[in-house]
Amino acid sequence: MYVRRLELVDVRSYARVGVDLQPGPNVLVGPNGVGKTNLIEALGYVATLGSHRVATDAPLVRAGAGSAVIRCAIVHESRELLVELEIVPGRANRARLGRAPVRRARDILGALRLVLFAPEDLSLVRGDPAERRRYLDDLLVLRQPRFAAVRSDYERVLKQRNALLRSSYLTKRVTKTAGDLSTLEVWDQHLAEHGAVLLAARLALVDALAPHLSKAYDAVSAGEGAAAIAYQATVPEPTADAVLAALRASRPQEVERGVTLVGPHRDELALTLGPLPVKGYASHGESWSFALALRLAAYELLRADGIEPVLVLDDVFAELDTGRRERLATLIADAAQVLITCAVEADVPTRLSGIRYTVRPGEVVREQ
Amino acid sequence: MYEGAIQDLIDELGRLPGIGPKSAQRLAFHVLSADPIDVRRLAASLVKVKEVVKFCTICFNVAEDDKCRICRDPRRSDEILCVVEEPKDVVAIERTNEFRGRYHVLGGAINPLEGVGPDNLRVRELMQRLADGEVKELILATDPNTEGEATATYIALLVKPMGITVSRLASGLPVGGDLEYADEITLGRAFEGRRTI
Ligand SMILES: Nc1ncnc2c1ncn2[C@@H]1O[C@H](COP(=O)(O)OP(=O)(O)O)[C@@H](O)[C@H]1O
Ligand SMILES: [Mg+2]
Ligand SMILES: [Zn+2]
Repeated sequence: MYVRRLELVDVRSYARVGVDLQPGPNVLVGPNGVGKTNLIEALGYVATLGSHRVATDAPLVRAGAGSAVIRCAIVHESRELLVELEIVPGRANRARLGRAPVRRARDILGALRLVLFAPEDLSLVRGDPAERRRYLDDLLVLRQPRFAAVRSDYERVLKQRNALLRSSYLTKRVTKTAGDLSTLEVWDQHLAEHGAVLLAARLALVDALAPHLSKAYDAVSAGEGAAAIAYQATVPEPTADAVLAALRASRPQEVERGVTLVGPHRDELALTLGPLPVKGYASHGESWSFALALRLAAYELLRADGIEPVLVLDDVFAELDTGRRERLATLIADAAQVLITCAVEADVPTRLSGIRYTVRPGEVVREQ
Repeated sequence: MYEGAIQDLIDELGRLPGIGPKSAQRLAFHVLSADPIDVRRLAASLVKVKEVVKFCTICFNVAEDDKCRICRDPRRSDEILCVVEEPKDVVAIERTNEFRGRYHVLGGAINPLEGVGPDNLRVRELMQRLADGEVKELILATDPNTEGEATATYIALLVKPMGITVSRLASGLPVGGDLEYADEITLGRAFEGRRTI
């Protein structure tokens, strides 16, 4: 799969821009702050319906504009598909697939499969467990778009259940009598159903991903350590009954604290290098390699599924030493499409210098 | 910001659901340029709706009398009762022509985030209606979203011990949506294919 053309209207720093892209390596060069990440962030948004940099949509719309449009032409198995997405902060996004509007923006998930690696990804390794859960869930949705619904159903039920626990907790503090928990049983049931589906899917995903991760780390670091991932669940089994039992067991503390303490939203993806956890132990270089390996593993897993995803490397080469640069170049040399951004062209190994674009404020120019 | 009356109108319109500041402004200027007779008629119906329309004392649908048109209709079956969230859902289901029983309008769905629990809905009234044993089947037609599903499960748990058949609309309705947005054919099929829970 590759993106043949990307068009933006009122996205970030761009009033209107169009870029024709090629299969294989595409290198986008420009000084810091010129708008390189803005371009690939927009592409990432089409793939995941979210930005890899910000949690809300408002910053994606060009200052002063009311809405933003991202359009791209995606070629897959020699057929071209047009995807258009309109972002209006505070409202549901509108989307088109081909020429037809879709009922909800979520219906475009799966049209573009893309793996993005950016400096922000260091937080995959150093950040909170939430970052690693998001990594897993995004990959889950990328492989099987129907999990977008499972994930949002789970999150919605969780929010409602927490609201109920919190209001009961507050009532108890004020009136000294237990707040109304008559519907807790219902929320437990629904949380258990969605939670079991999500947990089963994550466990299967980590199983499939683990060998790719070890291999990718090995390749990036030239055999400097044995990297591994393992899923740590707060519930012993991925069944609704097991989630329900865990919820029952922790109910007294939950009522005491007003939050849901077990379930996939409390799970962790443990990262280890040899016998040691990565967080708190690994060096800066090792952490970088691990984050990169997590993305490359996702990329390889999608490839193994039979779909060649688009790979995006944002400002990555500047962070790597020469050895790692060359090894990364070898790994991705035969990718269907790679978009690479950099401030200094010399940082990118020559074998990846395919088509080159110069990014200037508000425009992108292809070099001959 | 405009002055006086026009800004007041924009503010009032902007408080309506689904109307943003831009739409409110557009509507206000439309009213300003419209024929005074049309505007008076609009104003009168706004006032009248609060004076005349009441809630049916049996099913809590909107009505102009103590009882709504459906509760008064002797041809409809008392053995089958359909539970919905809002009066607009009654309209949507009536359009399908698949249902000949009676309704019960809850007035919303369980939603802790908005502070809505069973006590804020007409759940107690529903239980009272079911107490005499005349209803044999209860169809839970709450919205196919998180809150609607939870409300359906809650009512099912309450009603099951009474020996009444409880059913839920078949899947096929767009998940996460509103009942009222489903087209007649889809909603009709969901009714036809309802499953016992
Ligand atoms: N919503 C926005 N409206 C206008 N300009 C924006 C918006 N968001 C970011 N920018 C501008 O975009 C630039 C950053 O672009 P970015 O793509 O991150 O740079 P880089 O080329 O270093 O990756 C900054 O100058 C910032 O002011
Ligand atoms: Mg950047
Ligand atoms: Zn009535």
